[in-house]
Amino acid sequence: MANKAQIRTNNSALIAMIADEDTVVGFLLAGVGNVDLRRKTNYLIVDSKTTVKQIEDAFKEFTTREDIAIVLISQYVANMIRFLVDSYNKPVPAILEIPSKDHPYDPAQDSVLSRVKNLFSSESVASGRR
Amino acid sequence: MSGQTQRLNVVPTVTMLGVVKARLVGATRGHALLKKKSDALTVQFRQILKKIVSTKESMGDIMKNSSFALTEAKYVAGDNIKHVVLENVKEASLRVRSRTENVAGVKLPKFDYTADGDASKNDLTGLARGGQQVQQCRVAYIKAIEVLVELASLQTSFLTLDEAIKTTNRRVNALENVVKPRLENTISYIKGELGELEREDFFRLKKIQGYKRREIERKRLEAAAKDKLGDKFPLHKDVSFNSQNLLAAAGGKDEDIIF
Repeated sequence: MANKAQIRTNNSALIAMIADEDTVVGFLLAGVGNVDLRRKTNYLIVDSKTTVKQIEDAFKEFTTREDIAIVLISQYVANMIRFLVDSYNKPVPAILEIPSKDHPYDPAQDSVLSRVKNLFSSESVASGRR
Repeated sequence: MSGQTQRLNVVPTVTMLGVVKARLVGATRGHALLKKKSDALTVQFRQILKKIVSTKESMGDIMKNSSFALTEAKYVAGDNIKHVVLENVKEASLRVRSRTENVAGVKLPKFDYTADGDASKNDLTGLARGGQQVQQCRVAYIKAIEVLVELASLQTSFLTLDEAIKTTNRRVNALENVVKPRLENTISYIKGELGELEREDFFRLKKIQGYKRREIERKRLEAAAKDKLGDKFPLHKDVSFNSQNLLAAAGGKDEDIIF
C-alpha cells in the first residue's frame, strides 16, 4: 500500500550512473553499462563541460525509466542537483550517492543518511557505527 | 479537542447500542493489531537503519579500493584504456534482479545482482599490457557493485518502511484519538437516553398507580357511604344504584383519558 510504484519481480533491471569519467569507466569495466537500440546509454559522464541542465535531464530520465532499479550518482554531482535528489522520494529506483575519486565523501550531505540521522538520535547513530 | 465531545448521529435505541458496542469492540481490536504491526515495523526499521549506516561506511572504503585499482590499471595499461572501455559498451552483463520481501504485510523490495556470465567480453581490454591490473580493477568494481546493490535494497526498504510506519501510526492515532472516543461518547449518550426513558416510564407507571389507588380509595369510601345511606334510606335504593353506575362509567372514562 505504501509502495504504489510497481515492484518488478521477474525482469532484471539495470543500474544507471551519473558520475565522473573515472567512476563510470570503472563500473563499465565491471559490466554495468548498457546501450540500447537507439544508442541511449544508462550512464552519464559528468565533466567540466556538462551543464546542470544535462544532469537534471539525465536524472529525471533515469528515475522515470522502467528498466532501471538503482541510480548511482556521485556526491558532488548530487550536490549540483540537490533539490531534485531531495525531492525524490520513490522507493524504486533507489538513488545512491557514491563517493567520487577527487571529492571526499561527506555523510552529512547524503539525503538519505541525513534522514536516517534525523530519525535516529545522534548517539544511537554513533553507537551503530562503532 | 472537538473530537472529544463528538458522537455519532444515531437514534438512541437498544439495537443501536448493540451496533455501536460491536463497532467499539472492532475498533479496539483493530487498534491493538495495528499497534502490534507498528511495533514490528519499527523493530525492522531500526535494524535497517543500523545496517544502512554501517554499509555506507564500508562503501567509502570499497569505493576507495576500486578507485585505486582503476588508477593502477590506468597507470599500467595507459590512459587510453578508458576509451576502449567506453567503446566496448554494448549490453549490461551485470544486472539487478528485484524480489519482494514481506514484513508484517508490507512488501519490501530487495535487489540481487546477477552477472550474466560472459565476463570475458572485455577480455581483450588491456591485452597489450596491464591485463592483470584490468582484471583486478574489474573484480574491485564488481565488489563495489555488490555493496552498492545491498545498500540500494536497504535504502529502498528504509523509504518504504518509513512510509508504512507513518501510515500505520496515523491509523493507530486516528483509532485511538478519534474513532474510539467517538464510539464511547455515542455509547454513553445512548445509555443516558435509555436511562432517561426508563425513568420517565417508571415515573409514569408510578403516577398511574397513584391515580388508580386514589380511585379505588374513593370508590371504597363512596361505597361505604352509600351503604350507610342505604341503611338509613332503604327506599331510595334505586337512586343510589343509579348514581353508583354513573360513577363507575365516569371512572372508566377517566381512566381512558389518563392513558
